[in-house]
Amino acid sequence: MKTDSLLIRIGLGFYLVLFFTYLLGPLVLMSITAFNSPSFPQATPWEVLTFEWFNVLYNDARIVNGIKNSFIIGFFTVILSVIMGLAGALVLTQIWPKIRATFYTIIIAPILIPGVVLGISTLVFWDRVNVMLGLPNDSFLHNGILLTVLGQSTFIASYCMLVFVARLQRYDLGLTEAALDLGATHTQAFRKIQLPFLAPAIGSASVLAFLASFENYNTTTFTFGKYPTLTIELAQKVRYGINPSISALAFIIVCLTVLFALVHEVRNRRVQLAIANGAPVGAVTSGFKLPKIFAGNPVAVVLALFVAVAVAVISYAQFYDPEPAKAIILQEKRAAQQLRIEELQRKLKDKRLQKNLKGPDIFNEGKSKIPKLEEKKQKTPFGSGIFSPNNLNKVAPGAETPAPAPKPASPFGSVFDPTNLNKVAPKE
Amino acid sequence: MSEGVGVDLENVWIRFGDFVAVREANVQINGGEFFSFLGPSGCGKTTILRAVSGFLEPSDGNVLIGGNNMAGFGPNERPTALIFQNLALFPLMKVWENIAFSMEVRGASAGERRKRADELLDMIALSGQGDKLPSELSGGQKQRVAIARALCAEPDVLLLDEPLSALDLKLRQHMRSELREIQKRVGITFIYITHDQGEALTMSDSVAVMKAGIIDQIADGKSIYDDPATAFVASFVGENNVFRGKVKSVSKDSAIIETNRTGNLRARISSDNQGKLKVGDDAMMFIRPEALDISTNDTSSDTRIKARVTHSEFEGQSYHVFLEGTEGKEMKMSLINRGEDRMYERGKELYLDFDANQAVALPAGELASE
Ligand SMILES: Nc1ncnc2c1ncn2[C@@H]1O[C@H](COP(=O)(O)OP(=O)(O)OP(=O)(O)O)[C@@H](O)[C@H]1O
Ligand SMILES: [Mg+2]
Repeated sequence: MKTDSLLIRIGLGFYLVLFFTYLLGPLVLMSITAFNSPSFPQATPWEVLTFEWFNVLYNDARIVNGIKNSFIIGFFTVILSVIMGLAGALVLTQIWPKIRATFYTIIIAPILIPGVVLGISTLVFWDRVNVMLGLPNDSFLHNGILLTVLGQSTFIASYCMLVFVARLQRYDLGLTEAALDLGATHTQAFRKIQLPFLAPAIGSASVLAFLASFENYNTTTFTFGKYPTLTIELAQKVRYGINPSISALAFIIVCLTVLFALVHEVRNRRVQLAIANGAPVGAVTSGFKLPKIFAGNPVAVVLALFVAVAVAVISYAQFYDPEPAKAIILQEKRAAQQLRIEELQRKLKDKRLQKNLKGPDIFNEGKSKIPKLEEKKQKTPFGSGIFSPNNLNKVAPGAETPAPAPKPASPFGSVFDPTNLNKVAPKE
Repeated sequence: MSEGVGVDLENVWIRFGDFVAVREANVQINGGEFFSFLGPSGCGKTTILRAVSGFLEPSDGNVLIGGNNMAGFGPNERPTALIFQNLALFPLMKVWENIAFSMEVRGASAGERRKRADELLDMIALSGQGDKLPSELSGGQKQRVAIARALCAEPDVLLLDEPLSALDLKLRQHMRSELREIQKRVGITFIYITHDQGEALTMSDSVAVMKAGIIDQIADGKSIYDDPATAFVASFVGENNVFRGKVKSVSKDSAIIETNRTGNLRARISSDNQGKLKVGDDAMMFIRPEALDISTNDTSSDTRIKARVTHSEFEGQSYHVFLEGTEGKEMKMSLINRGEDRMYERGKELYLDFDANQAVALPAGELASE
């Protein structure tokens, strides 16, 4: 029995570790690469702590512009989607209860339709409208921001509607009736009674809509026109190879998310605590009382730690200069590379010599030579320039089949890094 | 009393599709009256109230308030205020904001509203609690806030939909008298809905008893209890011993009923049915438990029943004796506790007397299921 439960506990622990690694591993790894100096995002080998990628990010006009566009589009998408979603939810729950099922299907459809289709159809539809209205080709209906907002809202409004429907199902229509009975007009009843009740849902729908808009790619890629959003910019960048400024951006986003989540959680807990103790809510929502929070509130502690670490990192970055360390590493790298090159050249010479000596007997010699080559190559550190085309060229003329053999042993890390090519090349 | 605003229902029908919720309702409610609708669950009480307050239009007939036809006027245009079955206090507003909501929508300033709300809070004995949220009040306090909120709108007619049903017995009894007192003070018409007959009888000037969409009787509480118009009313309001049978002979205001199992019994014909009962008709006779008494006489008579005790209960103010007639007819007799021991043992034979004026003969009809 005891071993059984122990086994289960170990298994469970293992599963949890696996689960969280799967969930958070990529984020953590990416955050680490933001502080590593190599110009391709990599966590190992760790070279030098650097903050330059944040600088690079800040100075990357396209990224900054993308963020700006994303915010503008997100803002308008939130407004449009929340209004449409609210209207849909009201119709669904209150106006025609009989056609509810049909209506629900229609409204929910945009969520199920692939974003690509929505993007194309938005483009086509508004182009038609443009033609029908007889507007010029560069009219406002071809504006990338407008089109993107319209396209994204088609399905984000559905998300919002789901949020509102969930809230509205808990709304007592009797409250609206009571307001009407007391002399309120329909508008007054909605504004003074129902809207305040929906306020939390409007908040969450807005956040949801903004996030959905911010991360959208499928639909936006067809509609952005002259206003590429952040996701569009990132996708275009990846095509030409990326550098850790992307990681820096990711790190910032992760931090902001965690911060907001924690703040939200702390607030929630305090309100709940207050309600449980029967205190008026107003007493808790105003003013931050430090010592009281920390009592039995681990989230607040985590939040405080988080803020402290952030402050420490930022202030450290103020005077920390990675340049000397980087220079040292660069020199080490150069030396290592020089050594490798020399070694290769020596080997090449040996081989030529042997070849000349033994003549046409390639089969035997070739077989015995290749493993040797392999051995030596494995000893070289990861991220070396083995795969850079220059190296290949150097080896190729001598041995007939050396290239395929070492491939499996080498890391992928630097293969796709275009900057590696540049780095090695000038040294020849 | 005539200064208040009256409410008239003229031949009102309310249908939901094929379902008739209210059938041919004709009601005159005088200004300043405390009028109750009493009936079992689902009989259409709320529906009538919604028709008066304007949340639904009658399918047929008219609703008149103060003599004016209300057709086409919405709930916010009628001089009524409704207290909902579940109160419907606005949960996000403070108590005083709740109370003064009707002034807020009319554009009154915050100062005015607060002043009026404080006056009303005084009236409902909740002074100083205006800044609480409704969720921070007790059930009875919420109740009073709902009343204050409705009164703040200065309606001519206050409609109350089972406002006390959620309260416990003690509080309910307390609120009954409080409501009655408020009504006397403000002098407006109250239309009160309940399925609790005690509530209806104690508070009302007039009671309408409803059964499945039909109003069976409209009268003051005493008439409803002592002089029911239908078998349903007789069985729904208070307790009654029912004897089924046929009319054997009939005079102007009394009849002899040949009951199925208890022999011939004499009863007064209820005033609504005088002249309608004919010899040979199916009839029902009702005798209240408290109208039965133990007889010292054992000669047979048409106001005397022979029965055997099955068991007795003591309930403080009275004893309840359960009996069985000669052919197994079950009966209940209630005797006021005057200090004698009335715990009769099982099997004891008794003769029960009643006053023919306290027994009511009615045409046979549907009984309340309870
Ligand atoms: N909107 C509606 N659509 C269809 N039927 C309805 C509707 N409202 C009420 N009814 C029906 O009308 C009948 C009367 O309902 P009502 O609410 O008036 O009952 P009530 O007397 O108030 O009962 P209770 O004492 O339980 O509140 C019920 O059978 C109910 O099912
Ligand atoms: Mg009801």
